[in-house]
Amino acid sequence: MKTLTMVEGLNQAMHKAMAEDDKVFMLGLDISTGSMGVSLGLQPAFGANRVIDCPAAESGYVGACIGAAITGLRPIAEIQFADFVTYCMDSLVNQAPKMHYWFGEKRSVPITFRLPGGSGGQAAAQHSQNLEGLFTHIPGLKVVIPSTPKDARGLLLSAIRDNDPVCFFEHKFAYGITQEIEDDEYENWEAIPLGVADVKREGTDITIVATGPAMVPKALAAAEELAKEGIQAEVVDPRTLYPLDKETIYKSVKKTGRLLIATEEHKRGAWSAELASLVAEEMFGDLKEKIVRIGALNTPHPFVRVLEEYVLPQTVDIVNGAKSICK
Amino acid sequence: MKKEDMLELLARMARIREFEQMAEKIFLSGEIQGFVHVYRGEEATATGICAALRKDDYITSTHRGHGHLIAKGSDVNKMLAELCGKATGYNGGKGGSMHIADIENGVLGANGLLAAGLALGTGAAFSAKYRGTDQVAVSFFGDGSSCEGEFHEAMNLASLWKLPQIFVCENNGYQVTVPMSQTCAIDSIATRAAAYKMPSVTVDGNDVLAVKEAAEAAVARARAGEGPTLIECLTTRVGGHYTGDPSLYVPMEIRKTWPERDCIENFSKKLVAEGIATAEEVDAVRKAEAKRLQDALEFARSSPYPDVATAVQNVYSDFVEEGRNR
Repeated sequence: MKTLTMVEGLNQAMHKAMAEDDKVFMLGLDISTGSMGVSLGLQPAFGANRVIDCPAAESGYVGACIGAAITGLRPIAEIQFADFVTYCMDSLVNQAPKMHYWFGEKRSVPITFRLPGGSGGQAAAQHSQNLEGLFTHIPGLKVVIPSTPKDARGLLLSAIRDNDPVCFFEHKFAYGITQEIEDDEYENWEAIPLGVADVKREGTDITIVATGPAMVPKALAAAEELAKEGIQAEVVDPRTLYPLDKETIYKSVKKTGRLLIATEEHKRGAWSAELASLVAEEMFGDLKEKIVRIGALNTPHPFVRVLEEYVLPQTVDIVNGAKSICK
Repeated sequence: MKKEDMLELLARMARIREFEQMAEKIFLSGEIQGFVHVYRGEEATATGICAALRKDDYITSTHRGHGHLIAKGSDVNKMLAELCGKATGYNGGKGGSMHIADIENGVLGANGLLAAGLALGTGAAFSAKYRGTDQVAVSFFGDGSSCEGEFHEAMNLASLWKLPQIFVCENNGYQVTVPMSQTCAIDSIATRAAAYKMPSVTVDGNDVLAVKEAAEAAVARARAGEGPTLIECLTTRVGGHYTGDPSLYVPMEIRKTWPERDCIENFSKKLVAEGIATAEEVDAVRKAEAKRLQDALEFARSSPYPDVATAVQNVYSDFVEEGRNR
């Protein structure tokens, strides 16, 4: 067995994408020195004309990536912290997602926005947010949020190969997480298609849909707790928020009749609310109980550990939420 | 310059003028809905700049984009059809006036966001350099847009990376309804280039030959790998910001100068006065463009509206989300 870290997984994906297609290049801040380690080694391997350190000008370089994407290239735009996407919201909201609609079959917009989000590292209010729900709202964008190193590796490769703009959400406090894989899987691996969910644990009593490396492990830990009390939880990781693999989620909910959604987002207006409403609209008759959503409290992220832990969704919240509908 | 090239400049300017007059007329009569911003008075700027470009060069445009497309060689039939929302329009009625894109002609799109085209142009120029072509990218924008952060970010990147981009400021003196004296701390947009170690020039944007000369120098510099240039074209927006805007905020002393600043009248007179063409030849060129727009109107009017099924198409390149049952 070998160990794959999240950083290695993401790094391998970019290595493979850049090696197989010389149209792939990367812009971002501090990427030659590896930023948070994710882009380490890319500049020595592919050169300073393909892995380019940018000035702190997100609106400029992310906008430029779109211009490059519609003229034949395949950019990866790293936004150092997902929170900084506010500097280039015009690019992500008004430009990239609209252009294929105007150009039609003549041109698509193959661009990957890498967005390190995630909470839990005492990074406070401007470096801790989970903004994926903002982007699932925008037609024309695809949104990916992997939870394991293997998933991250396979999905990032698919995102870069994809012909549409993809918002790829990473979790900066999970870059160090590890996964045991087969020896040959370290070198020999394939892309994982977008829009395919993964059942991380099978169960019969309740479906827990959880996203990202913060909440999927918490959901699995909660499932172990619940099992001690005779409740068998099925944990589904959608991996891609749009396009969403409704089939896998609905199949699970049909089986269990109960749904809990656990995300690290602020609960109000979250993507979890979209999923809850989809299930309520489309399979109300299959539900035995109300839907429960677990998320962060609706406050800015506080700095000090004691407050941050209180604001963020924890395993115990998932356990309690599940018990409330598994009587 | 050869006579036919001079007459072609006149024809392009006249085509833009006729297009805008037609657009305005059928907007006011209700055949075009939404928003329309016409380029009347500024024709020499787009024409002079695009005369220095090849078909495979890129331009990014603005909300006031019709003139840029026509100057770059786009088809007025497909343009007018797009303004009317017809299936035969450049974008099948999905873009309208503010988002016409003619990608095959290097037009990366009109754009409803003031400075968005600047960074898009930087990216297109980056792409040309990356792919090893000698294409250039021109970004048109206004005096108002030069106050946006994206203008400054794009200028810095283009200069830092020595990209083949040409920044063309169409300084018509007004940011929507407010004069430049109330929006810019400086009185010349060209001076902004110095902050990015970029050469710049200010020209009479209503003099097509002066604009063309400046563009040719900037294009030569860009193709030679020497980097970007900022060209400030001082021009005249004859009328309001959008069609239907009476523009009463423009003082009478400026309005009075509109006829004497008319780029098409002045160029026509010049051609005749300098013996380059006869008055009859000039007249024939302008009449031919008027006729061309009459034909475009017929084309647009006789074209069908798009099938509603197209509304959900091309949101994504690999699947279509279901429409509604109605």
